[in-house]
Amino acid sequence: MSELLDLTAAQTAASLRAGEVSTDELFDHSRARAANDDLGAFLWVAEDAPPPVSAQAPLAGVPLAVKDIFCAEGVPSTSGSRILEGYRPAYTATVVERLAAAGAPMVGKTNMDEFAMGSSNENSAYGPVRNPWDRERVPGGSSGGSAAAVAAGIAPWAIGTDTGGSIRQPASLCGLVGLKPTYGSVSRYGMIAFASSLDQAGPITRDVTDAALLFRHMVGRDPCDSTSLDHPEEIELPQADRLDGLRFGVPPELSGEGIEPGVLTVLKDVLGRVEHLGGTVNETRLPHSPHGLSAYYVLAPAEASANLARYDGVRYGLRAGNGDLLSMYEHTRAEGFGDEVKRRIMLGTYALSSGYYDAYYGRAQRVRTKIVADFASAFESCDFVITPTSPSVAFRIGERTGDPLAMYLSDYCAVPASLAGLPAISIPGGLSEGLPVGIQLVGPAFSENRLLQAAHALEGAIAFPTGPPPT
Amino acid sequence: MSSVADRAYEPVIGLEIHVQLSTRTKMFCGCALSFGEEPNTRTCPVCLGHPGTLPVVNAEAVHYGLMIGLALDCELAPRSIFHRKNYFYPDLPKGYQVSQYDIPLAAGGRLGDVRIHRVHLEEDAAKLVHSGASGRIHGAEGSVVDFNRGGTPLVEIVSEPDIRSASEAAEWLRLLRATLRRIGVSDVNMEEGSLRCDANVSIRPAGEATLGTKAELKNMNSFRFIERGIEAEIARQEAIVRAGESVVQETLHFDPASGALTPLRSKEEAHDYRYFPEPDLVPVAPTEAMVGRAREALPELPAARAARFERELGLSSDTARLLSFRGELGDYYEEALGAARADGGADPTALASWVTVELVPRLPDGDPSASRVRPDALARLVSMVGAKRVSGSAAKEVLTAMAEDGGDPEAIVAERGLAMTDSADLGAVVDQALAANAAAVAQYRAGKEKALGAIVGAVMRETKGRADGGAVRELILERLSQ
Repeated sequence: MSELLDLTAAQTAASLRAGEVSTDELFDHSRARAANDDLGAFLWVAEDAPPPVSAQAPLAGVPLAVKDIFCAEGVPSTSGSRILEGYRPAYTATVVERLAAAGAPMVGKTNMDEFAMGSSNENSAYGPVRNPWDRERVPGGSSGGSAAAVAAGIAPWAIGTDTGGSIRQPASLCGLVGLKPTYGSVSRYGMIAFASSLDQAGPITRDVTDAALLFRHMVGRDPCDSTSLDHPEEIELPQADRLDGLRFGVPPELSGEGIEPGVLTVLKDVLGRVEHLGGTVNETRLPHSPHGLSAYYVLAPAEASANLARYDGVRYGLRAGNGDLLSMYEHTRAEGFGDEVKRRIMLGTYALSSGYYDAYYGRAQRVRTKIVADFASAFESCDFVITPTSPSVAFRIGERTGDPLAMYLSDYCAVPASLAGLPAISIPGGLSEGLPVGIQLVGPAFSENRLLQAAHALEGAIAFPTGPPPT
Repeated sequence: MSSVADRAYEPVIGLEIHVQLSTRTKMFCGCALSFGEEPNTRTCPVCLGHPGTLPVVNAEAVHYGLMIGLALDCELAPRSIFHRKNYFYPDLPKGYQVSQYDIPLAAGGRLGDVRIHRVHLEEDAAKLVHSGASGRIHGAEGSVVDFNRGGTPLVEIVSEPDIRSASEAAEWLRLLRATLRRIGVSDVNMEEGSLRCDANVSIRPAGEATLGTKAELKNMNSFRFIERGIEAEIARQEAIVRAGESVVQETLHFDPASGALTPLRSKEEAHDYRYFPEPDLVPVAPTEAMVGRAREALPELPAARAARFERELGLSSDTARLLSFRGELGDYYEEALGAARADGGADPTALASWVTVELVPRLPDGDPSASRVRPDALARLVSMVGAKRVSGSAAKEVLTAMAEDGGDPEAIVAERGLAMTDSADLGAVVDQALAANAAAVAQYRAGKEKALGAIVGAVMRETKGRADGGAVRELILERLSQ
């Protein structure tokens, strides 16, 4: 049974269909492992078996770990925050519902940085998550629990959300595949909002095929999300093993200064494989991308400052104070939110204030427009932009908690694609200091099929192990 | 040069009107609108601002908004957007109101003599109920929130400061209300809050073009209070300026009981709403088909109808406006007029006067559609008066009978013997009256014209009011001159 959990989800599905194991047995096993998890990856584990799932369902009953940012009816959904402790939503997120209907029942809710604000999972109100590759290190964030659960073989696959790298960076640090889809291709309904114009749900899996399989059942317009739309293409399971004729652009802005040498070595190795598989590699400028992080840290907190205003103690979640209205507001929010969340609410509130709006929010929007234009011109001369996903391998727990700016730099390479709303995938490129290094491919809007094909071909050449890390 | 104290001042008034739309569901979710249901029974995760929920724009609200924009002669924005207006209050579940800000649905229109600045869509707040003596949030023992109203679609209409008196303001608001009621987008009930009006009031030396510092009067919930509130504010500002001081920009609450104006908040403590574009919604971009549908849905508007009544039917301006501003009266009148034309009777002016003067006080709850008097029956009654088949006073008795029990005017006249006495019979009655009132005849002949009244009275008594007073008088004079 435990060997089964070392398989990819697609391989597990094949075992289920072959009758080697039943969906109930598999779910129980995954549930038991989640309940005994000592990585801190889970905030809630299913108590009961899900409604019967047929192994003939598209996702065959392979259990799914779900980031705690997704609402599920009657199930604690905290978004990693004290302010939502005990909150059980009255409804289920569209994505969770779609995946359950396709045969991927939710086995547990995974730990995360509070309201998805963080790159190490250390901002969770419910404790840090340990990286299965090195338990003294962070798994990345904010979808750290989902990444750790999949990397450790507790769940065959997981979903996370990505606002400025929160799927790709933990996938990179845990040796997994993480896909941040085109903005709008997956419904945000039921996803607890951090920064609405950037938030997007996506898969965290052991290989590219699993990512495609899960993503295929996540996409599509949702009448409950006005910003969602139908993907123009059916999502295919990738088969490619060559990159003939494909042009890979390497932006010097995201592959030089500030990137660890070990990470650059892996990038160089992967670029060699690209050429070996028939692809070409060229320099492609993204001149405004160095300003991406600054723009992101104005826009995301601005939206967050409004998105988090609803946690006021009136209707649900924590209520504190002496009964007076102002006291209730102040104490509820002072006790309910952690430091990073408070920092971003203050940043965002300031950026939107009368007299500062143009200088901050307005200027950041203009930078965002420039970054969109940078990518558009890059894609005139290349099919994909290729960069490291994270400037570094997994860092030690506590190493960056005292320095928010150092922490923010973790998303330096991931943020430009988020600002441009473009699809981006992180795949393991190799090891540095014995720890995984992720490589990011960014494509034009709705190019997920091509992105997954290219990632699949590269994955075959890199041959990174899909099982849990050596212990 | 005139001194500050005796200079003439001119009020400058602009109105901001909030209208609750009578759509089936709320602005951004599928909850049905509430009409006094149990508190918190018309709610869902979206309108309660639960985590993870998203707004979806109500297409019917956009349709109504476009109808209002067109009815007020506005330019429709090809692409309007929603913003978030941020502030904390327990009646605002998300901590922000989704509203339109720099690009409203419609702008630059006109209604009557007043230009329209803008028309935009937004969502209503929930209702707070405070226990304790003050009835307000400060000093309340406890407060509860009823979210039934939260998320009701609102249209905000802002006029340009083109109004120059309190009565003009009330009169224009009546036209606006009639227009909104006519196009059927709202109940426009001020007492129930489906129409709410704030007024921006300033004064300036008469004839000058610059605007003075304005004060905003909040939520006056009847036409009378609006008029009195604005009058009080004009007087207050004049007193300030004449005393050589300056008006301060502030928001005031008018207390109709005491006539007092008390500050709600001043500019210094004004909110910084930190508006920014709502990222959860896409722009509202009306297609030609949507605009076409809104245009087709517009009936004839009250101002146009009043002009037509004056122009084509020769009604007085006051009567035309009364029939147009109360659209249901106008509808009743036009139906009666159609019936009258079909059988060639009833003069439009006389019919209008019977509707506005005689029928209105006999209406149940002021609603002509609930009246037992059928429009064609009223038309026939008025044509009988015109043909002198029944006297005016007898016709009023017939109308009262029809208002109580319905029925047909000819039948009631016949049954009650109210038909006008014909001229042969009248001659005999007049002769009798002259004989019986010899003294009055003598006085008249002696030059005392008033004496004639006694003779007319005698004839009217004898005919029980069925005779036409004018005809009686003529006949008496004819006999006396023989």
